[in-house]
Amino acid sequence: MIAEIGLFLMSLALALALVQVVFPAVGLVTQQGLWLGYARPAAQAQFACLLGAFLALVYAFLSNDFSLAYVAQNSNSALPWMYRMSAVWGAHEGSILLWSAILAGWTFAVSLRVHRLPADVGAVVLAVMGAVSVAFLLFVLFTSNPFARGLPSPSDGADLNPLLQDPGLIIHPPMLYMGYVGFSVPFAFAVAALVCGRLTPGWARWARPWTLTAWTFLTLGIALGSWWAYYELGWGGWWFWDPVENASFMPWLLGTALIHSLSVTDKRGTFKSWTVLLAIGAFSLSLLGTFLVRSGVLTSVHAFATDPARGVFVLSILGVAVGGSLLLYAWRGPKVLSGGTYSTVSRETFLLANSLLLTVSTATILLGTLYPLLVDALGLGKISVGPPYFNLVFGLLMAPLAIALGLGQFARWREDQLPRLWRGARYSAGAALVVGLVIGILVDGPQRLTAAAGLTLAAWILFTTAMGVRERLVGRASLSAALGALPRAFYGQCLAHTGFALAIIGVCLTTALSTEQHARMAPGDAVSLGAYEFRFEALKQVQGPNFQASEARFTVWHDGQQVDELHPQKRIYTVRNQPMTEAGISPGLSGDLYVSLGEPLDGQAWSVRVSFKAWVRFVWLGALLMAGGGLLALRDRRYQNATSPAASDAALAQG
Amino acid sequence: MSPRRKRMVVIGLLVLGMGLATALILRAFNQNLMYFYSTSDVVAGKAPSARDFRIGGLVVNGSLKRLPNSLTVNFVLSDLKKEVTVTYTGILPDLFREGQGIVANGQLGADGVFIAREVLAKHDENYMPPEVAASLKHKPDATLTR
Repeated sequence: MIAEIGLFLMSLALALALVQVVFPAVGLVTQQGLWLGYARPAAQAQFACLLGAFLALVYAFLSNDFSLAYVAQNSNSALPWMYRMSAVWGAHEGSILLWSAILAGWTFAVSLRVHRLPADVGAVVLAVMGAVSVAFLLFVLFTSNPFARGLPSPSDGADLNPLLQDPGLIIHPPMLYMGYVGFSVPFAFAVAALVCGRLTPGWARWARPWTLTAWTFLTLGIALGSWWAYYELGWGGWWFWDPVENASFMPWLLGTALIHSLSVTDKRGTFKSWTVLLAIGAFSLSLLGTFLVRSGVLTSVHAFATDPARGVFVLSILGVAVGGSLLLYAWRGPKVLSGGTYSTVSRETFLLANSLLLTVSTATILLGTLYPLLVDALGLGKISVGPPYFNLVFGLLMAPLAIALGLGQFARWREDQLPRLWRGARYSAGAALVVGLVIGILVDGPQRLTAAAGLTLAAWILFTTAMGVRERLVGRASLSAALGALPRAFYGQCLAHTGFALAIIGVCLTTALSTEQHARMAPGDAVSLGAYEFRFEALKQVQGPNFQASEARFTVWHDGQQVDELHPQKRIYTVRNQPMTEAGISPGLSGDLYVSLGEPLDGQAWSVRVSFKAWVRFVWLGALLMAGGGLLALRDRRYQNATSPAASDAALAQG
Repeated sequence: MSPRRKRMVVIGLLVLGMGLATALILRAFNQNLMYFYSTSDVVAGKAPSARDFRIGGLVVNGSLKRLPNSLTVNFVLSDLKKEVTVTYTGILPDLFREGQGIVANGQLGADGVFIAREVLAKHDENYMPPEVAASLKHKPDATLTR
């Protein structure tokens, strides 16, 4: 019964989404305001339906309704309840339903505030989001219905992939989707601006908080995914340049460029065309990411052939969205996009340079991700692109980006002088070089250059950020009053840039200083790793709710003192008879101790991986600070004071 | 310089920088391309000798041998037609099993033994690496010859 309700609600949502598209379109063409007004209630009702459909699927999982094929394939009655819930988005059908439900959620949020926009712009924004929703609901209903019955229905399910039975994976996909799908809002705004022929700085102020929210979610989602891979895959890698990771990283890079470009459009009225292009690009890459992950091209090019409908479907959505919006851009763009001047040396120039660098990085990752697929599709052989390509190219592109970031924090809007910039930046530059030199002397090994260069850039960002704060406080009578008067967006910017610097530190130091050893160990054996000694004390059998595990007890010693005890496990999940490595990790700010079991060898011996993951926490700490910066900037009064775009445009014209 | 001249210079520098970056990127890209070869390709001598490549196939049942007191394993990969011995020192992935399709990165030794630097088995027991699936599929008579 619940399946029929879910299916009905999904169909109803599709009908409402169609209303959300068609009615505003008619209103726009016939110039009748009444028709425009239908978009709002339709969007809100659509959200209610999809929320209902999603909850129906959750209920089916929680109540172990194995008559649904999707539930039977991805759940099991022995599965703990919270994993039964996260199993909802553990595979294709449910993920796409979640995608649609989150899109409806974003549309709902927009619909609550849309009355502050001009009626036609607001209606087009909702219509564009409705169109995306129509496409995805058609996709769900015709190729990936999660409510389909399986006949005969099994007595128990095939279980969720053990890799996904993890707290990190409960929240990782929703976070990621919140980010992906959230970029549909600036996309819809960009299309609306082109359609309505109006692109004002007020438009940018409107789009900014939405974009920032989406970006913050995506940042958290990617960081969570990296953290999960680190502790769950059993060998302590935190980034693989895997196509699935790249799929989420590319929209993030363009999204980062977009939030910066939007701020320039908001404050200065320039970069309009660039902002619109980035908004289109970020969402297109989100769609591409969905296509890559969900169509099956990635895990196997041949799965594409066995279920061509899915791949072709998402590819068509992608084609229409990208092609259509770019066509619109070419057609309407020249009318809408003009304004603002700035000199060669100015904050605008540095922001533009970094926008370009972020776009080029995205393009290089796109090349490395799509080229193997293209070559395979053309039947020219099978290739893969190794991580060294990504590391090298991405690292080289990040260097000028970091330099421009530091200078941009000093530079004045519109026009600045190089001598003034140099006076502001010379101490930071000197101090950063000293840091790099010291690191270069201290760190040994093949990655010495990586560590020294990375730390120089990170120190440069940190110092210039601090100097930027100082510059705003110099000459103020009261320090606390001056600090309080700084806008929250500025604090957000400083926090996010600090986070970026910490992430650089983490990435470079963990690459340069981490050590690892594979060893054959039996209880009683010990291996040394740098200053640490890992002792394999004992082995015992453990029974989990749906797995059996061999659990080792390791003690870690430093200078004759026991510093820690770790309990890595090798689990066998009984339903699928699938082995899983559960690493023993002792986290620390300057590095993690990491032990994981390989496989049982002769006698009591095991192959064991022991490692010291230097400074790896900084990678995620940096990402957290970036997300924190996003949240802080969202609290800025600029968005709190509910001025309508028209009023803020008037203010800008006067000021 | 007039502002216009200045801007032209900046744009010129940008274009130059971008061009240089593109050249470097494509070079790095080319150097890091890894080609895939089936075991038959390797036996036929089609695989490069001084460069990393990927090899894939089924792990032949009963071929997995561990060297005593070390982490070195030897096993035989097959596309059901030709076989290649692979040696690897380190920890095998969780889903490495005999009879399963796997992919390995590494170089071919002078003795025709593939020295793997990394062994990949996907995290799904029914998963067949697409390269392996293709190399099996293109030999319809494979099962008969063995």
